[in-house]
Amino acid sequence: MSEPTNVLIVGVGGQGVIMLSKVLATLCQERGLAVKQSEVHGMAKRGGAVFSHVRFGEQVWSPTIPKGKADLLIALEWAEALRWLDYLEPEHGVLIADTKRIVPPFSCRDRRVGATSSYVEGAPAEVIEQVAEGYALDASGMARELGNERAANTVLLGALSTKLPFSEDEWRGTLSRFVPPKTVKVNRAAFDEGRDWVSGRRDGEAPTAPELPDMISRARPGAGEQLDIEIVPEWCKGCDICVRICPERCLALNSEQVVVLIDRKACTGCRLCEWLCPDFAIAVRHSYVAEAVA
Amino acid sequence: MGGNTKKTVPDAAALPNEGAAPLSGNEAIARGAWEGGVRVAAAYPGTPSTEILEALAEYPRDDVHAQWSTNEKVAVDVAIGASFSGVRALSAMKHVGLNVAADALMSQTYIGVNGGLVLAVADDPGIHSSQNEQDTRLFARFAQVPVLEPSDAEEARIFTALAFEISEEFDTPVILRSTTRLSHTRSTVSLQPRVEKDGGEFVDDPVKNVIIPAHARRRHPLVLEREAALERYFDDSPLTRWEKGSTDYGIITHSTAYAYVKEVAPDAHVLKLGASYPLARETVRKFCDSVTRVIVVEELEPLLETEIRAMGIVIEGKDFVPRAGELSPEIVRGALAEAGLIPAEDAPLALDAVAELARPPVLCAGCPHMTSYFTARNLGARITGDIGCYTLAALDPLQAIDTTVAMGSGIGNAVGMAMSGTEEKPIVATIGDSTFLHSGIPPLIDAIYNQANITVLLLDNHITAMTGGQDHPGTGRTLAGEEVTAVDYEKIVRALGVEFVRHVDPYDMSDVQRTCADAIAFEGVSVVIADRPCVLDPVKIKGPALNVKEENCTACQACMNIGCPAITWSDTLFEGHHKVCIDEEMCIGCTLCAQLCTSGCITVPEATVAASA
Repeated sequence: MSEPTNVLIVGVGGQGVIMLSKVLATLCQERGLAVKQSEVHGMAKRGGAVFSHVRFGEQVWSPTIPKGKADLLIALEWAEALRWLDYLEPEHGVLIADTKRIVPPFSCRDRRVGATSSYVEGAPAEVIEQVAEGYALDASGMARELGNERAANTVLLGALSTKLPFSEDEWRGTLSRFVPPKTVKVNRAAFDEGRDWVSGRRDGEAPTAPELPDMISRARPGAGEQLDIEIVPEWCKGCDICVRICPERCLALNSEQVVVLIDRKACTGCRLCEWLCPDFAIAVRHSYVAEAVA
Repeated sequence: MGGNTKKTVPDAAALPNEGAAPLSGNEAIARGAWEGGVRVAAAYPGTPSTEILEALAEYPRDDVHAQWSTNEKVAVDVAIGASFSGVRALSAMKHVGLNVAADALMSQTYIGVNGGLVLAVADDPGIHSSQNEQDTRLFARFAQVPVLEPSDAEEARIFTALAFEISEEFDTPVILRSTTRLSHTRSTVSLQPRVEKDGGEFVDDPVKNVIIPAHARRRHPLVLEREAALERYFDDSPLTRWEKGSTDYGIITHSTAYAYVKEVAPDAHVLKLGASYPLARETVRKFCDSVTRVIVVEELEPLLETEIRAMGIVIEGKDFVPRAGELSPEIVRGALAEAGLIPAEDAPLALDAVAELARPPVLCAGCPHMTSYFTARNLGARITGDIGCYTLAALDPLQAIDTTVAMGSGIGNAVGMAMSGTEEKPIVATIGDSTFLHSGIPPLIDAIYNQANITVLLLDNHITAMTGGQDHPGTGRTLAGEEVTAVDYEKIVRALGVEFVRHVDPYDMSDVQRTCADAIAFEGVSVVIADRPCVLDPVKIKGPALNVKEENCTACQACMNIGCPAITWSDTLFEGHHKVCIDEEMCIGCTLCAQLCTSGCITVPEATVAASA
């Protein structure tokens, strides 16, 4: 008995991962193939990572794809593509990924001068080099140009359709049943766009990964940064505003109800305390400013 | 397009009575219940079980009454009542929901059933969205009721329908155990017509139905006899399946673990147990005698392994198969290889692993809970949490929840803290509307009765949000969509004896701050109701997006303190710090960030202001 075909579809909540996997699963089922589509949701709507395993063939046992066994990895977001790369079959697995970057709020938490986002590194061209066959495309951009960025998943579906043995009509027929009636037109166009891009029909050239700009400018390193917090105790009336608003919780009131810095290392120099103090009793001195002025 | 993930079977009633359809495990359980002639179904939502009732609600109302109940105990009691009245009844819940309903189950196991009674319980191995990974099979043994364990959607349908038959034949409640993986995996299910049961009726039998000590003493031996009869039944039932293989060892397995076993050891002798309890001991013994070595591959607790060991049979299991976490083909392969039963796979030519980007779920853009927790933290409170979306406020940057235990625990925990005499901070209990109705009222009565000095922040977002937006008695709508009287929280709270009750709008940050400060200052129990609908359900709220006047932004990032996912760093800097920008697609225009902005640079677009003027 032949091994099942494994398609792993990944992305971020709200991007339409589940819709794509349902289209594929329905198509397989209507073709009379055994199919299992497994997802873990519940967190999906809240910006969490979402993934869906689709396995089909003559006989499918496990609902999940073993690591290193995905024939196709479809990623609706760039960091998600990298997260699941080890699921891709190394010798023939195909990666199709949107280069869109959705930066989670957690990766912009560092307030220090020179902080960089913790969003993953990995330029599309380098990643495409690593895999047996790979396509990194700006599906979201294509969909936006067609009038609806949310159809980016359908661009990827178009790309996926070139790699599986179903006819173009079967794909279109199933797709149109899963999208809202008002958006059938844009989704059809998005499907064609993805199909053409991967098959190189567009511009008659082999597809190449788009260059991505640095997402967050890499600011000057914070090493050697001098920060000083100056507190004028006579002016502080102990109103507590700075203590409560400090994001790093590095201020406190002492026994005389005067603000003191309790954790100098935690202070990032954001100046919230300075700007909110009604009595001008607290000031943040940045060496960065001094340099800039000098 | 984004696609609609909420309603997976929009027209279950329209499914034909023949052929096949791709259904999730939960939808298949609903289908099996419907085919099995269920008349009454009740549940409280809980991932991964929620869609069972949602799917049942799509069948004709004349066939089955499906309802959301206030909590799992009530839901099981409703199902028990329907069973008393002679119709088939089902209650669905997540594993921890059975803890809430356990009291009723432990009595009902002595009472038995009139109409078939099935509890569909979905476990969460791997703890995808729960507080623990308790194994419901142990509950079945504890309650001495049979537990059926389907391994895929088709079995889920068949086993559910069969569970009603077993329930009536053996006079017992039956647990149908699912897992996250089964509940949320879609595969082909064949469709059968409904078996309509003739209308039953209440049977007068006080010795059975009224479980007082004298009666219970007579019923207990019957429970033991029933257990033995079920064991014989499972020995002969197709639920217990012996699959001949070509190996000299054998594998005993259950549930989705069976699928993983078949994936990695397709040629092995396999004993698949469709019912883990009571154990089909005669079949197990024969199976073990037929092979040289036996390994039990079971997910979570070593229930089968312990039972089989107790028969004096030498077997292996948890020495190789992990006891914590969800199984997978890789884990089962590793376990069988370590046991020397299958050859170890060469290390696959894996692609380079890339450092993972943390992407935990977060509160939504514009979530009203942000204000409540931001305020409570600013007021220096000791904050007890509860179960719901708002538990996400425990994470960075809000970090505003000190404890979370179980449904409805927050208020009781707060009372204990107040009585401890060690807490110097003001004590604030936070609880959502649905959780408050589920199990928050008795502890609030306790707080009043014992004169605890605590503040309760009732986070009323008009929906059961975390499970995907289900109605509850406070929304004024039932599962069937009927309009009913909505619970009036203020009236309830006042009737309990709370003197300090205030309503606040979470989108008015200063009002929330002032009111909470007053509530904390109040000596005794104070209740603040933060009243704003969820931004996702029942309708997705989207107002005009705010924008940042970048030239005025001083990069203080005060706006980022509420944890709104629509706000992120921009590319430009001020004094070396990142200025902020707002994602137009995500921002719903709640203005909370603008209320925190220290430089007044976050504004509503002028065009919008002009249009609304």
